[in-house]
Amino acid sequence: MKKIFTIVVAWSLLNHLSAQTPQELVNKIKERLEKVNDYTAKGKLKTNVVFIKAPIASVKVYYKKPDKMKIVNENGISFIPKGSVNINLAKFLSAAGNYEIVDAGKEPATGLRILKLLPSDENSDIILSTLYIDEKAELIKKAKNTTRDNGTYELEMSYGKYAIYGLPDKVIFSFNTKDYKLPKGVTFDYDDGAEKKPDDNLKNKKGKVEITYSEYLINKGVDDAIFK
Amino acid sequence: MIPLLKIEIFKIFKKPRTYIAFAVIALIIILIQIALKFGGKEYVGLMMSGMGDSFEEIPTKTILNGYLVCFIILNLLLIHVPILVALVAGDAVAGEANMGTLRLVASKPVSRIQLLIVKFIASVFYTLLLLIWVAVLALLVSIALFGVNWLGVPRELQFNVMEADDVLWRYALAFCFAAIGLICVAALAFMLSVFSDNSIGPVVVTVCVIIVFTILTQLQIPFYDETIKPYLFTTHMLGWKGFFYVKAVDGVTQKGSIENLSAIVKSAVVLIGYTAFFLGVAFWYFKRKNILS
Repeated sequence: MKKIFTIVVAWSLLNHLSAQTPQELVNKIKERLEKVNDYTAKGKLKTNVVFIKAPIASVKVYYKKPDKMKIVNENGISFIPKGSVNINLAKFLSAAGNYEIVDAGKEPATGLRILKLLPSDENSDIILSTLYIDEKAELIKKAKNTTRDNGTYELEMSYGKYAIYGLPDKVIFSFNTKDYKLPKGVTFDYDDGAEKKPDDNLKNKKGKVEITYSEYLINKGVDDAIFK
Repeated sequence: MIPLLKIEIFKIFKKPRTYIAFAVIALIIILIQIALKFGGKEYVGLMMSGMGDSFEEIPTKTILNGYLVCFIILNLLLIHVPILVALVAGDAVAGEANMGTLRLVASKPVSRIQLLIVKFIASVFYTLLLLIWVAVLALLVSIALFGVNWLGVPRELQFNVMEADDVLWRYALAFCFAAIGLICVAALAFMLSVFSDNSIGPVVVTVCVIIVFTILTQLQIPFYDETIKPYLFTTHMLGWKGFFYVKAVDGVTQKGSIENLSAIVKSAVVLIGYTAFFLGVAFWYFKRKNILS
């Protein structure tokens, strides 16, 4: 019994010592992201919002250090949710500025390390950021942000060949939608018998925007004029 | 029949009032196009204001294109075109009675039914020409002025977007549907024309019916929604818009889809039914009519 107890204590102590501190982990992720000075990426944007029916749009995403980011429609009509500029993780981390990091353990289902970032700046738009980190890969897999103005939004990232730069192949951005309603006197809707959803169903629903990146051009230079 | 039809068409296009409709439509469409050319972004911004709370910049520049301008024009105009159709269809028989030529025309070696058929076909011909005029000005000129892009259709509780190459066939079907609706109005005015010896009466009554029915169609009072609205032909005349209501899976528009095709078919059947009813009454009455003028 004593032997087993000693092994368990020794194993957990060893495990604890080998685990990175929250600050170290965040620094490693930042280091990886800082390899990218700028990028241009082509992507497909899919909108899944209760009141929008839209085809998948082609977009181009531009990023330049430290915090310039723009999503441009290549063709067609697409809607970029408020706060989605934080799709870029480097900007996301630098935007939080000086922050306190609180270790919140691991997510039981996935084993992802949970870190809570509390910005020290009282005027920061982000009140709380929760990061779900794959410690081994040193990649942020999920992030939840609570903001002052745009509610809470969530980012989910999948990585592929650009993981070395910390750039995702796919980002799912979940956000709260506000209600959408136009006066019937303006739209002169045709009543085609489709089931009318009560107004409450359209209010404060979660919307999702997915960007699947097909191509990154990293550190090739991006003109500042694009961000104007 | 054909020579008779040519004469009736000649009569319609000899009257200056026939061209008023073409001029009025051209004027309205051009005025809307000018307004949207110079203030379209603000208009689209206003139209999309409900989305401003959830989204960053609304892409008003791409939303405002020839396809949307055409949709806006049709939305505004297809309530008024029936009034212009009534100007000619309401005059078809009553105009002859008013001028004192109906008895003369009816005494020609053609049956009254043939005469009425020819007069109605002439009215339909005028209606279709008017619609083609609308299509040319609203769609082709708008495309020339604003270019093409994806079409975004605002609805009361939804915003439907479809790709540019998924739009033209919808307009083709929408104009065909609009033709069915306008022919229905022409049939109503034509029926009233048979009852009257003065062309002003049928035109005014048709216009009044359209105005009252359109107001009832747009009123959002549950009592009317369930009792009267489904039976008004003006409710079904909006069916052309159904071609721009799309199906979606996980929010993604299904190319080539129509949200509820059966509802559109039902509306078309109702309009054809009304047309048949109006014409039936017109033929029934005209056969027995004691023509004194």
